[in-house]
Amino acid sequence: MAFFLEVLIGGLMTGMLYSLVALGFVLIFKASGVFNFAQGAMVLFAALAMARFSEWIPGWLGVANPVVANILAFIIAALIMFAVAWLIERLVLRHLVNQEGATLLMATLGIAYFIDGLGQTVFGSDIYKIDVGMPKEPVMVLENIFAGGLLINKEDFIAALVAALLVAALALFFQKTATGRALRAVADDHQAAQSIGIPLNRIWVIVWCVAGIVALVAGIIWGSKLGVQFSLVTVALRALPVVILGGLTSVPGAIIGGLIIGVGEKVSEVYLGPLVGGGIEIWFAYMLALVFLLFRPQGLFGEKIIDRV
Amino acid sequence: MIYRENGQFKTSYAADQQIFPILQDRWAILGILAFAFVAVPLFADEYLFRAILIPFLILSLAALGVNLLVGYCGQITLGAGAFMAVGAYAAFNFIVRVDGMPLVGALLLGGFTAAAVGVVFGVPSLRVRGLYLAVATLAAQFFWDWAFLRIKWFTNDSSSGSVSVSNLSLFGFPIESPTEKYLFCLAVLVVFALLAKNLTRGAIGRQWMAIRDMDVAAEVIGIRPMYAKLSAFAVSSFFLGVAGGLWGFVHLGSWEPAAFSLDRSFQLLFMVIIGGLGSIMGSFFGAAFIVILPIFLNQLLPWLGGLVGVTISTAGVSHAEIMIFGALIVFFLIVEPHGIARLWSTAKEKLRLWPFPH
Amino acid sequence: MARQIGEVILDLQNVSLAFGGVKALTDISFEVREHEVRAIIGPNGAGKSSMLNVINGVYRPQAGEIILRGEHFRQMNPYKAACVGIARTFQNIALFKGMSVLDNIMTGRNLKMKANIFQQAFRLGAARREELEHRAKVEEIIDFLEIQHIRKTPVGRLPYGLQKRVDLARALAMEPQILLLDEPMAGMNIEEKQDMSRFILDVNDQMGTTIVLIEHDMGVVMDVSDRVVVLDYGKKIGDGTPDEVRGNPEVISAYLGAGH
Repeated sequence: MAFFLEVLIGGLMTGMLYSLVALGFVLIFKASGVFNFAQGAMVLFAALAMARFSEWIPGWLGVANPVVANILAFIIAALIMFAVAWLIERLVLRHLVNQEGATLLMATLGIAYFIDGLGQTVFGSDIYKIDVGMPKEPVMVLENIFAGGLLINKEDFIAALVAALLVAALALFFQKTATGRALRAVADDHQAAQSIGIPLNRIWVIVWCVAGIVALVAGIIWGSKLGVQFSLVTVALRALPVVILGGLTSVPGAIIGGLIIGVGEKVSEVYLGPLVGGGIEIWFAYMLALVFLLFRPQGLFGEKIIDRV
Repeated sequence: MIYRENGQFKTSYAADQQIFPILQDRWAILGILAFAFVAVPLFADEYLFRAILIPFLILSLAALGVNLLVGYCGQITLGAGAFMAVGAYAAFNFIVRVDGMPLVGALLLGGFTAAAVGVVFGVPSLRVRGLYLAVATLAAQFFWDWAFLRIKWFTNDSSSGSVSVSNLSLFGFPIESPTEKYLFCLAVLVVFALLAKNLTRGAIGRQWMAIRDMDVAAEVIGIRPMYAKLSAFAVSSFFLGVAGGLWGFVHLGSWEPAAFSLDRSFQLLFMVIIGGLGSIMGSFFGAAFIVILPIFLNQLLPWLGGLVGVTISTAGVSHAEIMIFGALIVFFLIVEPHGIARLWSTAKEKLRLWPFPH
Repeated sequence: MARQIGEVILDLQNVSLAFGGVKALTDISFEVREHEVRAIIGPNGAGKSSMLNVINGVYRPQAGEIILRGEHFRQMNPYKAACVGIARTFQNIALFKGMSVLDNIMTGRNLKMKANIFQQAFRLGAARREELEHRAKVEEIIDFLEIQHIRKTPVGRLPYGLQKRVDLARALAMEPQILLLDEPMAGMNIEEKQDMSRFILDVNDQMGTTIVLIEHDMGVVMDVSDRVVVLDYGKKIGDGTPDEVRGNPEVISAYLGAGH
């Protein structure tokens, strides 16, 4: 029983981290109707920036205090992500207004490759460390209820907390603010939003900036846990099923979807895996998404997709 | 002025429906085929065959398959690699488990297996489209990645999913030397290109394009979306399966699942986007482009770097390659969504008038 | 109108259609006789297009029946409608933008082409013959509608009036028993309207096709149709010959206005 709970909790925490990445997808989709295949590349790029700058700053500026170095690195990385957002809007999105979804998707695929290559060229392709002071040791909890207690990873716990806070903030932003409403209008219909005076280009830059920050936070958390390396992109690919489950337009959906996928992956790997040869993590999330696509494509919380005649 | 169809009147619908209605085109194609079958083997060296020509031929076939599905039928797929894998491993199983199975038989059976799998994984296209469909095709990619790695039966109990074949022969003729391999792949490509052209100019091709352009209207004139979409998946996967078999058997000799990974799927998609969606020629252009670009960059970038005094490592070149691919995709989508094929046909239009301005 | 108008070919009984809270059609009943030209008229939003969509199965009515040559259809879908011989054109021209005029019209022959994929791939025998046969038939339609000069042009490049003609050609290629025309003259100038009216009459005359059309131009309606149905706010307010309908006070007040 205790073991099952451990697996469950581990899954929930991983799920929260998936949600973080999925949030980026949902944001951009909600605001521009663009499915950003480059989100994973952005996470890696942001993490690389953070890692390398926190390494370089002590050398360049003679800052000894690692906390200050980290903060400076964070700011620089954030600025870089803003620049990336602005460039993407300027060079790509602006020219593809009102193209259909598949074209935009393929364009973001191109952007993903570009950012990928750029990151490796500018920042290097080794494995890098991010150290933001996250506690690494696991901790035993609930020792009086379960014999031996449950082993919980403190780092995952904090990550989950950060993710939850970020998600709550974003949910509020979309629902309660005027900019949030404008973003939803843009996601619905580019031309219509333009014609009522919503500054499309500015909105898109804002959204991609926010998505960039989300990517940075996700990159820091995942990078701190796994080390900053290419496999982060694979992690991001795992976030796609999350948005399918949760619904592409739903911020709470990103959380719930992430939790379900996180738990599902861990539980199925532990209990089903040995029966079929192991390693089913790589497709479990996708197969679950496939089932949803067949029976409920809009996900748990998304808006129904209507086809006009 | 040389390239004018003036005076070439068609007096029957059959003449009008030819693949190459313009006489100059017919001569050009005969010339190209003669060159490919006769001249190239005389002059090409082993490197040219192994590194450029054979991959180009096989990936053209695969790109053709992807183009039929994405370009003609409008169904996006990110899982093309999986169907190549199914074709390759199925062909392998047929060779290994069935005594005396001929090479062509195994490849075709691999193709049919891939077609069947393609139909199954194409079912989501009946419910969703666009990016949702893309995610569904990714499920195919990851599932088969895992299956060929972990399910021992598929790989005849090999531990890492890697398998190999050898001693290929066609009706007693060996297919061992680069020249023999090249001619075999060329022959397969020519046949399949003809099949693809016939399909796209026939009733099923029109069904696919109708579904691509406006699937609701297509239903109204009596096209069943289910039949059109699933047949597109089937035919596309058939082409991919045969290409996969060729890739594994003829090009690699021995392979593991990573040969058909997500990167391969993206590579194929890039080929058809850059080459030209909805165009047979486009598949060839795209394949040529993607095969030649890395080699070209490998020469160009260090040289450029040398000019400015910067040494660029091989890793640097491969990173640059990735960046350039990405940039090119975006460039083509913005500037010429119909790819090189459109640039080519625009050039031909201009050629009809040249040297006159209008 | 030289054809003898025959028996009832299409009978709509008590059709009601609603989208959420919006009632598009309320309890509509009328019939169409074979070989006639039946117009559906009414102010904007009256439910005319919805009516056509119900006939060919694009919308499913919540209540009512479609009876085609005596066969009852509670559920119709576009494919079934096509198989049964109902063709239509669209208000917003649903042509296949990526194909030429010829190919667009050839898609209309789809139901009649029987060769399977293997035969098509090798283009031998049956597939080859079929392509030529149906090409000949399509060329007849092209001659009929006088669009020979644009047969290889991609439809996206054509002016609006010609696109509408290609839309009609594609529907005719299905050799339908019943042809539904959704505002075939919309957006046309006088010359184009005259041409289109001539084509519609010729179709009805030479091919005997029953035609149900939605049209706003009263002059056209009165000249071309045998009988008229008038809709307003989803309800039927008139049904009869053009003269009868013209004199109907309800129709006048709702639609035709004092000038008529």
